[in-house]
Amino acid sequence: MSPKEPLSIYLHWPFCGAKCPYCDFNSHVRLSIDESRWVAALLRALTYWHEQTADREIVTIFWGGGTPSLLEPASVAMILDHIAKLWSVAPDCEITLEANPTTHEAARFADFRKVGINRLSLGVQSFEQPALDFLGRTYKVADAERALDHIASTFPRYSFDLIYALPSHDLAQWKPQLDYALTYVGEHLSLYQLTFEPGTRFYQALQTGRMTALDDETAADMFEYTVGRLVEKGLAQYEISNFASPGAEARHNMVYWQGGDWIGVGPGAHGRVGRGAERQAISNIRSPEKWLSSAETAGFGVETCEPVNLNEVAEELVLTGLRLSTGLDKATFERVSEQNIDQALDPGKRHTLIDAGLAWETPNGFGLNPDGLMLLDANIQFLLT
Amino acid sequence: MIDLARIRNFSIIAHIDHGKSTLADRLIQHCGGLTAREMHAQVLDSMDIERERGITIKAQTVRLVYPAADGETYYLNLIDTPGHVDFSYEVSRSLAACEGSLLVVDATQGVEAQTLANVYQAIENDHEIIPVLNKIDLPAAEPEQIQAQIEDVIGLDASDALMISAKTGLGIPEVLEALVTRLPPPRSGDANAPLQALLVDSWYDQYLGVIVLIRVMNGVLRKGMRMRMMQNGAAYDVEDVGVFSPKRLATGELGPGEIGWVSAAVKSVADTNVGDTITDDRKPASEALAGFKPNLPVVFCGLFPVDAADFEHLRDSLAKLRLNDASFEFEPESSPALGYGFRCGFLGLLHLEIIQERLDREFDIDLIATAPSVVYRMYMTDGSKMEMHNPSDMPDVSRIQMIEEPWIEATIMLPDEHLGGVLKLCEERRGIQQELTYAGNRAMLIYKLPLNEIVFDFYDRLKSISRGYASFDYHIVGYEEGHLVKLSILVNAEPVDALSIIVHRSQAEYRGRMLCSRLKDLIPRQLFKIPIQAAIGAKVIARETISAMRKDVTAKCYGGDITRKKKLLEKQKAGKKKMRQFGNVEIPQSAFIAALKMGDD
Repeated sequence: MSPKEPLSIYLHWPFCGAKCPYCDFNSHVRLSIDESRWVAALLRALTYWHEQTADREIVTIFWGGGTPSLLEPASVAMILDHIAKLWSVAPDCEITLEANPTTHEAARFADFRKVGINRLSLGVQSFEQPALDFLGRTYKVADAERALDHIASTFPRYSFDLIYALPSHDLAQWKPQLDYALTYVGEHLSLYQLTFEPGTRFYQALQTGRMTALDDETAADMFEYTVGRLVEKGLAQYEISNFASPGAEARHNMVYWQGGDWIGVGPGAHGRVGRGAERQAISNIRSPEKWLSSAETAGFGVETCEPVNLNEVAEELVLTGLRLSTGLDKATFERVSEQNIDQALDPGKRHTLIDAGLAWETPNGFGLNPDGLMLLDANIQFLLT
Repeated sequence: MIDLARIRNFSIIAHIDHGKSTLADRLIQHCGGLTAREMHAQVLDSMDIERERGITIKAQTVRLVYPAADGETYYLNLIDTPGHVDFSYEVSRSLAACEGSLLVVDATQGVEAQTLANVYQAIENDHEIIPVLNKIDLPAAEPEQIQAQIEDVIGLDASDALMISAKTGLGIPEVLEALVTRLPPPRSGDANAPLQALLVDSWYDQYLGVIVLIRVMNGVLRKGMRMRMMQNGAAYDVEDVGVFSPKRLATGELGPGEIGWVSAAVKSVADTNVGDTITDDRKPASEALAGFKPNLPVVFCGLFPVDAADFEHLRDSLAKLRLNDASFEFEPESSPALGYGFRCGFLGLLHLEIIQERLDREFDIDLIATAPSVVYRMYMTDGSKMEMHNPSDMPDVSRIQMIEEPWIEATIMLPDEHLGGVLKLCEERRGIQQELTYAGNRAMLIYKLPLNEIVFDFYDRLKSISRGYASFDYHIVGYEEGHLVKLSILVNAEPVDALSIIVHRSQAEYRGRMLCSRLKDLIPRQLFKIPIQAAIGAKVIARETISAMRKDVTAKCYGGDITRKKKLLEKQKAGKKKMRQFGNVEIPQSAFIAALKMGDD
């Protein structure tokens, strides 16, 4: 028997205690949530997706949001058990839960571990109280520090997020902050520069001139410094904003970036399943209430499920693959997009980037250098338009 | 037939804003040509642009029926003339159709340069001239000083100048009476002689087709007869004739001394040559009247649609404008930076601006205009000679023996406190002083200047240096050899044809530095550094570098974000139409448009 094709599952829990002013994710604040009703709907949707992907093996599960750590550990248990009943689950399946460091959530960490979560991703965002307040986070620095100590001793793998390059930041201020953060680092760290996404309060403030983004030069200096400092500490920049010691990369996210297959379950979740001309793009209804009622009836919360044409498959691979320091693997590219890399990326343009010191190429792959990664969007535009 | 002794043909000479159109309105009103309901400001200026800018572009006429103090009724024909230097040709033909002029001078401002040029033309046409001081009701009016100025500067007796206020109506009856008593009737005209009518102007009316404005010298033009254009011999049936009241009024015939309109089955304005003589096809005159010298474009520029899809629309619109304005020319041109467009020739900068504005307003086309250029004469080493309208047509320098550029004689009138700045400007622009005279506190400067320095930004600079008080007029005096070079602008080592200009060698560094630094500010940073150079041939004389951008990256991209990134990519692909390729960089067309639209600071 040939080995089963791998599949990943993304679960979206759309609720938060408070909406952060920078966040454009599909997250909502509700006074009360009927959690048992939600769990039943998620189970139903998983059963539906299993029918489409029965012969797959689950290799990663990721619980994002929203704030999934607000779920009762018992609910998490029911959903994970359900998945295990439906599919075969790889013995080393990576099961990640996103969590916030509030005391309320930290109290459940041990229970989350007990029901099967083996990797925790903590949204620390900053070790500076004014920055936490600016970012609309509702906990104190001390809470985050306690939570980090707690997860380090509870979960075999963990990561945490920081947001830097805030409007008030500069390199001199950031250096000690980063060094302090490094004292808490395990095997993985996500460092995001603040971006202003349409639909957020920060974006509004930027548009109306009440807020100014940090200038690109300073942000570029901070980015460069950050990458260099983490490499010194043995944490390689394996993606634009993600750093890990060798082998400790977030396997679930690598599935997105390398054109793997995953199903998305929950409001607004996206998925991609299948190869080449068979590849389908799945999207879920964004509104939590509409998703719930659809999932409870015959709709399973699905908004669209449509084929991705071959050109788009190739483009998606470029858009995501070039985020990685390992770049595009030519063999994977050909397997997933059913075309040669030269068809999707003009060799002349690739050479121009290589000559400019922004990209590299080997017989097996094509990717961006550290300077090129910092210019990813412009490189993609150059290559694909 | 109207008795010659009862006819007065006149025009009004005035500087912009000195009150010409308001005076015309008052005269029409006084003679009852329009009811109060039909009366609106500047009735003779029918184009929106004319009304807004307070200028007259096409000659307009009106017949005033005036019962004079002597008990007789007089027919006063007014030909309204353009006040701007670009349209001096139209002025000259309007003046040729009249025997006298009202010289209107703003009593608060005094004589301006354009007035001067036009009044000299009127004198050349043997006009009787009645000085009129307008705006006499304003506290700032200085009638005695202005009278003295008219005598000093123009050399015209202004002791019996009329004191009026066109705005309030003060002195209007006196103007009408003076037209009758002080202007001569038309010189002898013979109603029985073969028809000779001067073609003064023509325009296209969307209901009637081509309307021709004429001044009858001899004979009678009647409805139903067959008229012949003496220049090309083409003959047309006269559908109707009449006068403007200013409404078009059919009269059935026009006799000697009269000014009026003719409609015939003429298809295009281009079939009617201004200055031509119209005669009777059956009983033609043996001689044509003295015509005018043809009007040649002196300023050229490229006009390109911002949206390439508007190219056809632009062509149709230019063709329509040309129906009514045979004085501008256009031919297709293509530019790597700006796409497809037209090389157009104009009578001057105002003419250019007006055409541009009409294209924008009446035809709704967003335009890019390249830097204006003049006509250069090239003498080649092989002995041949050619004219160059477009810097991109510049031949290889090794083939050129000599280049000549047009020079003008400029008359500038200004309050003397701004004299220093204006003298400096003229010297910077390679000017050669011919004359400097004073009348009261106003100075009159006459300079010889190269036209290419004028089309660059001379008007704007003059206006800003003199705070708007200087007036300016010019005429071309001839061609002279100049050390002229083609200044090319290179972006990423590739020339941007739309930005190349012909300049005098002494101005090249300054203009090159200015263009480079302007582009540096306008071109967004790219993946690669972009050199911007100004060069004469292979020699770089100015250089700027746009450094490569350092950071352009979306911090987060997970499962759901891929769809959004793809949408952005689609948008970028669509935006590519508005990008121009320069080696390995793409530069938004908008940067070049902005570079061309910016003034010289």
